[in-house]
Amino acid sequence: MADIIINTLTFTVRFSVALLIASMGEMFNQKAGIFNLGCEGIMSMGAFLGMLVPFTVGGAGIVPWYVNISGLLLASICGCLLGLLFGLVVITFRAPQGIAGIGMQMFGVGLAGTLFRSYIGGQQSISGIEAVSIPVLSNIPVLGKILFTHNPVVYLAYLLVPLAWFILYKTPWGLKIRAVGTYPRAADSLGINVNLIRFQSLMVGGAMAGFAGAFLSLCQAKQFSAGMINGRGFIAVALVYFGQWHPTKILLGALLFTFAESLQRQVQIFGQSFPYEFLAMFPYLLVISVLTFNRKSNKLGPSALGKPFNREMRI
Amino acid sequence: MSEFIKELRVEHITKRFPGILASDDISLSVGEHEILALVGENGAGKTTLMNIIMGLYQQDEGHIYINDKEVHFKTPNDAFSAGIGMVHQQYMLVPNMTVLENVALGLKDCWKKTVDLNMVEERIKLISEKYGLVVDPKAYIWQLSVGEQQRVELVKTLCQGVRFLILDEPTSALTPQETDELILLLRKMSNELSIIFISHKLNEVKAISHKVCILRHGKVVFEGNTSDYSSKEIAALMTGHEIEITENTDDSTTGDTALEISDLCVKSDRGFLALDNFSLAVKFGEIMGISGVSGNGQKELAEAINGLRKVESGSIIFKNKNITGKSPFDIINLGMGYIPEERNIEGIVPSMSIKDNIILKDSEKNMFSNKHILKNKSIEEYTEKMVKQFDIRTPSIQTAAGSLSGGNIQKVILAREINRNPDFLVCVYPIRGLDMGAAEFVHKQLLDLKYKGKGILLISEELEEIMNICDRIAVIFKGKIQKVLSRKEATTSRLGVLMAGVSEDD
Repeated sequence: MADIIINTLTFTVRFSVALLIASMGEMFNQKAGIFNLGCEGIMSMGAFLGMLVPFTVGGAGIVPWYVNISGLLLASICGCLLGLLFGLVVITFRAPQGIAGIGMQMFGVGLAGTLFRSYIGGQQSISGIEAVSIPVLSNIPVLGKILFTHNPVVYLAYLLVPLAWFILYKTPWGLKIRAVGTYPRAADSLGINVNLIRFQSLMVGGAMAGFAGAFLSLCQAKQFSAGMINGRGFIAVALVYFGQWHPTKILLGALLFTFAESLQRQVQIFGQSFPYEFLAMFPYLLVISVLTFNRKSNKLGPSALGKPFNREMRI
Repeated sequence: MSEFIKELRVEHITKRFPGILASDDISLSVGEHEILALVGENGAGKTTLMNIIMGLYQQDEGHIYINDKEVHFKTPNDAFSAGIGMVHQQYMLVPNMTVLENVALGLKDCWKKTVDLNMVEERIKLISEKYGLVVDPKAYIWQLSVGEQQRVELVKTLCQGVRFLILDEPTSALTPQETDELILLLRKMSNELSIIFISHKLNEVKAISHKVCILRHGKVVFEGNTSDYSSKEIAALMTGHEIEITENTDDSTTGDTALEISDLCVKSDRGFLALDNFSLAVKFGEIMGISGVSGNGQKELAEAINGLRKVESGSIIFKNKNITGKSPFDIINLGMGYIPEERNIEGIVPSMSIKDNIILKDSEKNMFSNKHILKNKSIEEYTEKMVKQFDIRTPSIQTAAGSLSGGNIQKVILAREINRNPDFLVCVYPIRGLDMGAAEFVHKQLLDLKYKGKGILLISEELEEIMNICDRIAVIFKGKIQKVLSRKEATTSRLGVLMAGVSEDD
């Protein structure tokens, strides 16, 4: 029983990372007034590229650390460019964001799958980035295993939370992002380039989504398969609403969702006779029900979310 | 710091929007320490011109000069660095940020690695003390009243070191007292600043400005010293014709009670009690005005009466029937008419044609449909009749209602509501954003209804409107009626005091 709990918590910390990074990125998008449903697609491309680099260099064998880092970097750059592309579609051409996002999702997932089939072909494993037990700290009973036996990227991801908070609430750029997403006209009247800020935040958000995808292939699954993102991109979008556009609440949301998922896996593993389909539904039902009871606080969110900005539009 | 602006001059400014010539060869100038009143009806092109000066719009033709040197403002930043600032009619404040953060947003000096909020606070303190503008730097914008928000706007603009101030209809949401304070403040400021003051309230123009410039259809039609002309002369120049003001001359209010509201409690969108044990009775043949600063429960009152907002407690009796908690459909069928505040959102479906909007409430009636199939021909005939009767200026009845001007949209709504022959009409800010001609038309229609013995609840922020056409005036403050006055008892100052929440019994 104690093992189940410790395993569940350890997996929670580990598996929450991809969601956490992607939803932190999505938070930047949404704070600036744009919701990018294409997160899933960008993550797919990130996962593919992140795996492609070490696989090309060393196949399934061990590769030098900087090769893996290059994979993460390439995935981020690709995500950044896809964010730019998305900006071109929804900011410059003012396409409806929901539809454009679905397009981006299909584009990313499809392209990653196609490239995978033509360059790699079938299921191939890589060595990826290994977990590291932090000396001393990992020896602490219970907590040591839960908190300090992870992949280095996991710790990095958790640092993103205070960093994102600092950027949003302490820096001029964050101030501009919040203004642009809530009341773009006000920002515009003060000489702030609304669309530039939106482009920037889409690129940052895209880079983070790409990175999150690469985390999945490089650190978690240690392989790529088409469809491996498996809805995490959409969950990331939902988590931003769930966390009411606040980094800490989004972290809590990511942990809650992953906890539910890890728990149902543990229950499956330990062979309860309960039909696993219902268990697999549990995390999603949890998110839906929390979202349902969570609607009131929309008041303080980015109220210009989803609306293109057009200075000379006269109503 | 920018150099002193001895003169700001614009010459031959022309700006076109799709289908509209918003500015047509406009030239004007403002000197140091001068207050220029820019006057004109809605859509005359005042705001467009100011947005060009601020670098928000680019003119198609024409030039801007400061101290005889031509300037090119590509963004508001260029205007700020030249020392020009603007307080927009719709306040440019981000509601979920604090006063400090809103000021910081425009204050590039404080943008270091992090935002230097201490510096912003110092700057706010300095400006507050200099001009007597009290603001709470830590408050969130959404917590502030309209008057407070305006002070924040002024402080924000002044913090940028502005020497030339543009104010776009600064008094439109203020109580008379707040307006007086603002006018005093602006007079004081003109010792240091030059000001362009946009308004269509002529008493303010008279009280404050040195020069007046009148725009009509994007053109300057008149320029002169304010003191040389009377309000009436300016009004005539503004509209292009003599204005006759529609006034209510009937003092009898002896009908039966049409609408009786008792102890009504209704919550606002934010969850606090917007109406707090609100009671009021309106008779047939009476226009009851609700006067108050907007945001004191007016919107919630109108919505509760029309079944669009949940009633927490209390009752609404209409024609001796309890309509509390009834659906809008039932209430409409009982003979209630409604002219909502947001005409583009609630009053019409903007993307639908005029004819579809006209029959929106009656599409199931025999006149317009047969066994759920619309009778196009009779709908068209009816709409043509309405277009004539209400003088709706439109290319055709198939035109999307949302593409009409504000005044014409209001006429579409009036045509629909009045010809349904309601027993009672709730009107919310019916002349907001309309020019004098269109407002006059609306008032005539309302008085006609009254003479036909219908009851009317007129929610308005224009004291002049209320005092001209209402029989009785109820002043609302924080969801309660302060006092009900007859038209004869009501004066601007008395209403103003009540609107500000001061009880007369004190």
